[in-house]
Amino acid sequence: MRKVYIYKKFERFWHWTQAALIFFLAVTGFEVHDSFSLFGFENAVMYHRIASYLLLGLIAFSIFWHFTTGEWKQYVPTISKLKAQVHYYTVGMFKGEHHPTIKSPRKKLNPLQAMVYLGFKLVMAPIVILSGLLYMYYKTFDANDTIIISDIPLDIIAWAHTLGAFLLLSFIIVHVYMTTTGHTPTSNIKGMLTGWEMLEDEDEQNKEEISVEKDEKKRIK
Amino acid sequence: MLRVTTFIVLATVLILLLVNLLHKDDPINKSQYELRQKYIFKPSAKVDHSKFTALQRDFETPQEVTETCISCHNERHIEVMHSNHWNWDRVEYVEGKGIAKLGKKNVLNNFCIGASGNEQACAKCHIGFGMDGNTFDFTNARNVDCMVCHDQSEAYFKGAALAGYPDRNVNLTEVAQHVGRPNKINCGACHFYSGGGNNVKHGDLEESLLSCSRTTDVHMASNGINMDCVDCHTAEKHQIKGRLYSVSSTNTNRLECTECHTTKPHLNDLLNRHYSKVSCQTCHIPTYAKENATKMNWLWSEAGKLDENGQPYHEEDTMGNHSYLSIKGSFKWEKNVQPEYYWFNGKAKHYALGDTVSTFPIQVNALLGDADDPHAKIYPVKVHRGNQIYDPNTKMLIQPRLYAESKGDSAFWEDFDWALAAEAGMKDVGLPYSGEYKFVDTEMYWPVNHMVAPKNEALSCNECHVSQNGRLASLEGLYLPGRDRNYWIDLFGHLLLIGSFAGVGIHTFARIVASKSKNN
Repeated sequence: MRKVYIYKKFERFWHWTQAALIFFLAVTGFEVHDSFSLFGFENAVMYHRIASYLLLGLIAFSIFWHFTTGEWKQYVPTISKLKAQVHYYTVGMFKGEHHPTIKSPRKKLNPLQAMVYLGFKLVMAPIVILSGLLYMYYKTFDANDTIIISDIPLDIIAWAHTLGAFLLLSFIIVHVYMTTTGHTPTSNIKGMLTGWEMLEDEDEQNKEEISVEKDEKKRIK
Repeated sequence: MLRVTTFIVLATVLILLLVNLLHKDDPINKSQYELRQKYIFKPSAKVDHSKFTALQRDFETPQEVTETCISCHNERHIEVMHSNHWNWDRVEYVEGKGIAKLGKKNVLNNFCIGASGNEQACAKCHIGFGMDGNTFDFTNARNVDCMVCHDQSEAYFKGAALAGYPDRNVNLTEVAQHVGRPNKINCGACHFYSGGGNNVKHGDLEESLLSCSRTTDVHMASNGINMDCVDCHTAEKHQIKGRLYSVSSTNTNRLECTECHTTKPHLNDLLNRHYSKVSCQTCHIPTYAKENATKMNWLWSEAGKLDENGQPYHEEDTMGNHSYLSIKGSFKWEKNVQPEYYWFNGKAKHYALGDTVSTFPIQVNALLGDADDPHAKIYPVKVHRGNQIYDPNTKMLIQPRLYAESKGDSAFWEDFDWALAAEAGMKDVGLPYSGEYKFVDTEMYWPVNHMVAPKNEALSCNECHVSQNGRLASLEGLYLPGRDRNYWIDLFGHLLLIGSFAGVGIHTFARIVASKSKNN
């Protein structure tokens, strides 16, 4: 085990700001949905709008960052070891088995994570962002007003937005829980806060890989 | 020394910054401010009519006054005689009927039902003299009543059941010498008291507006900008702007708030955007009949009960309004009423004399428009419900003869006999009557436009954007954020959240169990 600088400054800033904004958007958004009342409808709408613009700005920066640093490659899904990862979370970890994959700055995400986060980036976020933009700029036709969006019924837009919000919430619940499955329950969160995380050595990684493969009897040594 | 200076400079900059960031003035709504300035000045009379020799004489009849008016203001009577106030109907393209004449002459209502046949009494609110039946000559300029609108002496009033003639005690010379731009009471004399008493019909137009506070009406308040009716209801050639949908049916010549306030009056864009679907009145008139009650319900079927002496009688409710009148039936009055809300595109469909209907309740003036209509907006409406006499065989609402000078003329108000009143009334208007009558439910719609509240009393968002019991709870055809949701998406979402928590919980539990057994 050794201490590795795994999350860069921007990455951490982006992650926590996005987390805060999504949390705030969920609170204000579900208030607009009349699930509860906290700020009052008018304020909830206003805050929701402001936060949504901030999130859009943040996402623009993060997209730029992902592409200029090549970090986007982290999210390329792989099939190899996906099964092993699922096996680990459902069976292996209770038997005290080791993580089937090793975290490293080059490979921060295990195959299951990569898949789910890609889903987050390509499905959940676009659903709420696109429906949110349509919602925000929705104007029905009027002789005195410009039409910005009028052909799509508002209910469809709102339903999509609500659906996306539920998916995101459920993602967050599971995501927060999964951070406790590191070496210690808090090691992942510490890593995301400080950038430094205790990771297994590459050598150990190789050994682990071999042992896992033995277990699975895929290759006879 | 340098450090101290730097510190002071920085501290000053910081304080200035904080003051700028934290101190927030309410921004001035400039257009609103300019409007107030504009209406501060009341137009003053350009001439003093009492100095005109033509008016320094005695007038035997009110027609002589009119002739004298016309002698200077020549041709103005022609304008008046083109107006609805004079003709009591107008030619309009009416949806479903084509080119039709519509107005007080032939539409019915669910208050006193209709003027036809009862002109002697109803013409108290006609701007003419002597309309006592359907033979009135609408081309005779002498019968135009200039004074009822232009009197400034407050000494002019029309007599009861005098077919529009002034009361016999009115000093015509005094009135003729004091004429000018109509003020509130000129309009109010009819529009406040329509239906036979103060605030009976409109709900938002009544005598308290003559001297009210801003809470009652921001525009007409005597402690506010104190506007007159004609400040908004301007007229060109005696054609007055504004539509009253108890008698109008087309989306023309309407008076909109936006003429002064523009379509984007708020500093908040989100509020402005509501205007594409929500009328100004919806939020800015939270309640009507703020000072005096208005009639909400009228059951004609109850009319005609007499006391032990065979005489008509009346009963009053707790607010001192008639709750029963033998001649009219039973009433319900309400004060501070929340309007009902409807889609409305400026067009209305009226029940006109002779129309046949068999769906109940009969809407005597259905407001048209729905959510998909690009010209329709949500409007606050006073709905007056009741029942009235109907012929089940001809399927027509009946115009009964209500008024007569004395008994024996088949008038219901004298003889209390519906069969006779129905027969005589329908004969007056030239329509068939089968000899059978019953009472059917009717509804009448009055868009609420006056009694605009101060801005801090306008509706707040969550009076509509709320899932339970909002003001727009029953309005169909739109997705209203906060009110509406898709049941299945919400169900799925809640199950998903519960499932996520459950999954996390089970997983945690399994981990704890596993780690314990390992330690053992």
